[in-house]
Amino acid sequence: MGRIGLVVAVLVVGMAATACVASPRTVTITIHYSGFDPTELAVPRGVPVTFVLVNEDPIDHEWLIGDEAFHEAHRTGTHAIHGDVPTEVTVPALATVETTITFDQPGPLAYVCHLPGHEAYGMVGVLTVDG
Amino acid sequence: MRRPWLSLVAATAALLVFAAPTLACGGLIGPNGAVNLLRTTTFAGYHDGVEHYVTSFEFAGGGGAFGSITPLPGIPTDVVRGGDWTLQRLILETNPPEAAFRLSVGAESAAADGEAEVILETTIDALDITILRGGGDEVGLWARNHGFRLPPDAPEVLDFYADRSPIFMAAAFDADAAAERGQAVGDGTPVHLTIPTDNPWVPLHILGLGKADGELVEADVYLLTDERPAMLPNAGAFAESAGLILDHSAPATDGLLADLRSDAGMEWVPAEAWLTKVVVDTTAGELTYDLAIDASGAGAPSPIDAGFAPFGPDPVPRAPVALYLLLAAAVVIAVPLLLERGRTRTPGGPPLAGA
Repeated sequence: MGRIGLVVAVLVVGMAATACVASPRTVTITIHYSGFDPTELAVPRGVPVTFVLVNEDPIDHEWLIGDEAFHEAHRTGTHAIHGDVPTEVTVPALATVETTITFDQPGPLAYVCHLPGHEAYGMVGVLTVDG
Repeated sequence: MRRPWLSLVAATAALLVFAAPTLACGGLIGPNGAVNLLRTTTFAGYHDGVEHYVTSFEFAGGGGAFGSITPLPGIPTDVVRGGDWTLQRLILETNPPEAAFRLSVGAESAAADGEAEVILETTIDALDITILRGGGDEVGLWARNHGFRLPPDAPEVLDFYADRSPIFMAAAFDADAAAERGQAVGDGTPVHLTIPTDNPWVPLHILGLGKADGELVEADVYLLTDERPAMLPNAGAFAESAGLILDHSAPATDGLLADLRSDAGMEWVPAEAWLTKVVVDTTAGELTYDLAIDASGAGAPSPIDAGFAPFGPDPVPRAPVALYLLLAAAVVIAVPLLLERGRTRTPGGPPLAGA
């Protein structure tokens, strides 16, 4: 019984350890006729989330995610191309781009295309980070 | 080329369309920060199964490159510099002189991956013109890869047209080159396309490209046809058109036809014709249709060419006053009938049910 008990204990500890490691999630966002689909998302805090951005349009788009201050800065920004920062991605025409982000703080964020006229046209989505 | 004619549209509309290739966040905005859209004037003549489309690209000053994309009803057999006075002469015909004075104004190649096929390339003054064949995605990708910065509504608008006709004209206007050529602000470069087709069709929806729903769209469309054309929407008909005004509809005068015929490339103008002028005066959000034309005299413009069927926007809205008139007419007709019916029934009428 002592040996069996040890095996059980090891398994329990192993399972617990596995449960503590956040498994990555994948979310696909399609861009069609200059609109995001879906426009509302929820992801858990502290979990790596891979966003697969599928641009079905023959024009370039952006996918920038952040809070209002972040977007206000980008509304007047001059970056021609994004890509070095996971939360700031350029999605070329008819292309698919992936980016992985771990959100550390709960709360609502917005994802927006800041190319001229695109936000006004409706290229806006809301992502909620659950606490 | 099931689609008739022509199209018109273009150029001007074009102003809307694209912008300087060097501006990262350009959209419809040029290097100088603004694109001033002027009222556009286009001429679509149709005779012997051939559409002659004449439009003008006006140099509005500034620098850099601008462009436009125009849907066409078919493949042009010729794209040349237009005559010097056709558009101005048409304006003079339908406007008071004072107003008229103020207004006057290659070979096929294989398509790159995913891009539209280039059917024809030519240069007219400071304009580089390319005729393309392809779907909305292919035309959009070609434009994107050639420096055109399409506005966000372009994917949907290009599909709107490509589903019906896969032929487009892309025009890139180099303002710097125009200035070097000595073109002054207000100088126009007329372009004349010859397009065999079986009926006329004038793209209007694309005039709203890149505009907010509430922004005004203004354009003048001149039609010269053998017969008095039937149009859909029926421009000028009471309560049957929204944003289209039938400004002129009459047999073309001999003087006009002679003047047009004397311009370069206009020798095709017939001895007799019908002149129509349609004024577009509406918002981009309301301009969800094109102008279908039946120039045969049969009086049956195509709902498909107008963008109403089998796909496209809802039918052009009718003015509420039409509904009021119908109700009023119903009352005028029904009241006397009911009174008469009641009078004849009074004493000697049949008993009411249940009586």
